[in-house]
Amino acid sequence: MKIIVCVKQVPDAKDVRLDPVTNTLAREGVESIMNPFDQHALEEAVRLKDKHGGEVTVVTMGPPQAEDMLRLAISCGADQAVLVSDRSFAGADTWATAYTLEHALKKIGDFDLILCGKQAIDGDTAQVGPGLATRLGIPYLTCVQKVREASETGLVVERMMDDGYDVVAVDYPALLTVVKDINEPRVPSLKGKMKAKKAEIIKLSAEDINADPTCIGLPGSPTKVVNVFPPEARGDRSVLSGTLDEQLDQLVEKLIPYL
Amino acid sequence: MLEIDKELCIGCGICEDNCPFGAISIEEGLAVVGETCTLCGACVESCEVEALTLDVESKQVQDDLSSWVGVLVFCEFRRGELAPVSLELLGIGRKLADTRGVQLSALLLGHETSDTAQLLIGHGADVVYLADHAGLREFKDDCYSKVTSALILDYKPEIVLAGATAIGRSFIAGVATTLDAGLTADCTKLEVREEDGALLQTRPAFGGNIMATIVSEGTRPQMATVRPNVMKSLDFDGSRKGKIVEITPTEQQLQSRIQVVESVVAEAGRVNIQEADILISGGRGLESEKGFELISELAGVMGAKVSASRAVVDAGWIPYPHQVGQTGKTVAPKLYMACGISGAVQHVAGMQSAETIVAINRDEHASIFNVADIGIVGDLFEIIPKLIRKIEERRKS
Amino acid sequence: MDYFLTEEQQMIVDIASQITDERIIPIRAELDEKHEFPRQILNEMAQADLFGVPIPEEYGGFGGGCLDIALTVEQLGRGCIGVGTAYAANFLGVYPIIISGSEEMKQKYLPDVATGKKFGAFGLTEANAGSDASGIQTTAVLDGDEWVLNGTKQWITNGGEAQIYTVVAITDRSRGPRGASLFVVEEGDPGFSCGPKEKKMGIRASSTTELIFKDCRIPKDRLIGRAGTGFITVMKTLDLSRPGIAALGVGLAQGALDEAVKYAKQRQQFGKPIIAFQAVQHMLADMAIGIESARSLVYSAAKHIQAHPKDMSKASAMCKTYATDVAMKVSTDAVQVMGGYGYMCEYPAEKMMRDAKILQIYEGTNQIQRNVIGQELNKEYS
Repeated sequence: MKIIVCVKQVPDAKDVRLDPVTNTLAREGVESIMNPFDQHALEEAVRLKDKHGGEVTVVTMGPPQAEDMLRLAISCGADQAVLVSDRSFAGADTWATAYTLEHALKKIGDFDLILCGKQAIDGDTAQVGPGLATRLGIPYLTCVQKVREASETGLVVERMMDDGYDVVAVDYPALLTVVKDINEPRVPSLKGKMKAKKAEIIKLSAEDINADPTCIGLPGSPTKVVNVFPPEARGDRSVLSGTLDEQLDQLVEKLIPYL
Repeated sequence: MLEIDKELCIGCGICEDNCPFGAISIEEGLAVVGETCTLCGACVESCEVEALTLDVESKQVQDDLSSWVGVLVFCEFRRGELAPVSLELLGIGRKLADTRGVQLSALLLGHETSDTAQLLIGHGADVVYLADHAGLREFKDDCYSKVTSALILDYKPEIVLAGATAIGRSFIAGVATTLDAGLTADCTKLEVREEDGALLQTRPAFGGNIMATIVSEGTRPQMATVRPNVMKSLDFDGSRKGKIVEITPTEQQLQSRIQVVESVVAEAGRVNIQEADILISGGRGLESEKGFELISELAGVMGAKVSASRAVVDAGWIPYPHQVGQTGKTVAPKLYMACGISGAVQHVAGMQSAETIVAINRDEHASIFNVADIGIVGDLFEIIPKLIRKIEERRKS
Repeated sequence: MDYFLTEEQQMIVDIASQITDERIIPIRAELDEKHEFPRQILNEMAQADLFGVPIPEEYGGFGGGCLDIALTVEQLGRGCIGVGTAYAANFLGVYPIIISGSEEMKQKYLPDVATGKKFGAFGLTEANAGSDASGIQTTAVLDGDEWVLNGTKQWITNGGEAQIYTVVAITDRSRGPRGASLFVVEEGDPGFSCGPKEKKMGIRASSTTELIFKDCRIPKDRLIGRAGTGFITVMKTLDLSRPGIAALGVGLAQGALDEAVKYAKQRQQFGKPIIAFQAVQHMLADMAIGIESARSLVYSAAKHIQAHPKDMSKASAMCKTYATDVAMKVSTDAVQVMGGYGYMCEYPAEKMMRDAKILQIYEGTNQIQRNVIGQELNKEYS
């Protein structure tokens, strides 16, 4: 089985905050990690490889420091890693990202299956997986919580729906996005870490993947961020006062953003 | 690309301070841009000597944007029921359509939809495109995507909205890619921009720690998904008039490369409080198992999950998977409401990372008030029913 | 403190540390309560290649030395020394083969140990032979092509869970200490069985049982090395593995300090977090000093042993004695710092204190260790 896993290096989202006064991202002490959902995708790919044989290639569109994450992926069982990196990819939205990954995959070669995490914890859009599959012209299934069977020709999986799940069959080539419930990612192995240290990461630039400059990065993005601001600031520690009714009105006001 | 004019730059560092992504630094008296630049342009505005320029052309794919007119809402129908988010979208859709002075239409896909189309009209739609067909009973991404894309190309709405449900989040991204359109996920606010009538789409990023406003300037349609319980639906008005246009999907559109083998409805038993955004938590102050009925009701109107302190789990009032604390689960929801929980160290250890903590307790000295952002001292049996009612009222208005 | 570990040593520490944080800590209380063997965790450690650390490369391992194993075990100890003991005792069982086994024997057993497919256990102690190991009664008699073992071993770690047991038995009583030999007994050998799991004060995740030999027949080639060299191999085995026990102590103490400091920063009394009070600070300071000195001694001893395998005894005894005494003191102090909460099973400190006691007892009591050190000093100065 030839499996591609798309991974993204993200800041540890729970630690990222916008300073409400200066409107700047407080990045001190915010680690860069492999997107947690992608870790589950990688684990599933390695499990399928362990069971059915084959090869797992991880691919990321990112800055040069994403190489660390790719080496982590190798230490967890990936066979090959590709870094698709270029200054001109900066500012890409999900459309441009899907375009870039599509072109990178065309360069990497044939595959049976692409696995992605459900969404990245910085963008939270869950759009790149479906976008990539649509561009490649292959069927896709999102929020897969279990791979029930894998044969030579295709898969049977459980994919989450709002009221439960559907059991769905699909042939290769196909793309799946996975949720955390699907597995427990393994700890890197010692042999894996040593392999990762020596591994040669394949690097692809915009030119290498024959990317049209008007389709990548910010210029290639149909959506643009026009403003960035912090969510409503937390109130001070306070015990509400006034009549019960007044207190409840105040409370309801504060709860509205969460509803 | 971000260009820094070395002649004009005076190395004052204002851009460095204004950069939300920490991408600019001052080196040897000149501004230098680094890898993390996302070309957001905040620095350009802040530069007092105009040394910074962002040279980016808007992606113009469609030649005539003005030929795209109208607001289309995708309405989700599954297992004989309309997803409530569809009505909420018609609510915001109506507002946007009225601001733009255009038509609001709804797309309904499914099978045996009976009078749902009429319901949509009563909730604000001027036109309902109805594709009621056995082949659309089961949700299959590629079928729904093909039918929807074809319809959009035929009728060319400038704005397309869909619910950010499992179904919506799945196939709408495929539609956007097929149409080369910009798509913004999980919007919490949608407005029309005064200058040019473009759709301003506001959404959370970085797990909700940051809000961003996004525009799809050069492409149509402008697509957005919205989570349930964010927008408000209009009241049903049976006298509203509208048109129902029946759409017959083609054979090609009904062909699918995925096969739904089985459809399983989940048992309510599967509890994962660690995934919840909002937790309403009950403790000994609930006095008995019955107290959890009140908690569940509050959780219901807030779209929250129920959790508990160890004391009540040990007492058998609620099963162990709901327990928060040193020997239970550690949770970090956006909102944690502690009702009748004293706030012992063992419990606090499990929830102190919550973004906002609200406490309701009869005892003003309860230690929970030391960690709560907002506290109400009083009888929860009086407070919670009133709170529920007030929230329901607020939702309607 | 920076101990200037090599890149590979740091890899080992990172992996073991991740396993501790993500796999051991979340379930240690449950394992303790249920006296449950941590098979799942050991399988994950096998997958992460940790069972290969001290196995020579030619048998599928990493060829790591005493320090590498100590680093692994220290991290595991930070989580739970019950799990750590199961891991460490595995190698205790296997060292005799590495030290004195024939090439065929090494080829036969070591590769499976390196992959974690098979676990080892070491059978020396008996009801009447603890510190006085020479008092063992288990016998092995050659009968044709087979050795026949009779006797009972007591309190054997990994009993019932291991597949490979290295057992000490008397082959010639007339030769005294030179009349004992080491054998490999495998799970399933006729006449060999394990008793029920003992209930213990601590390290409850670790399985401790009797080994019962009733006319247990094993093939001739299961003799490790030459007959009569049993105790020599045993001494070398224990010298080699003691730094691992010492490292468990360092890990446990570190884990206890971590809990105590976390708690002291959070617990408010008299209007302040208790870490603001000198009495508490001084206790924590002494705990930290003990841990760091123990760690330094363990790492130094381990490096010395790697370089001077013929001069292991004193270093081995010193680091084991000191680090395990520190572990007992630090874990007790941690409970004290945490006060009432420290005593409650909800918090991990009481388990650490219960667990720590065994460190001063097994693999040679700290009293015996002091004997060894005293005797070595005597020899050195003559």
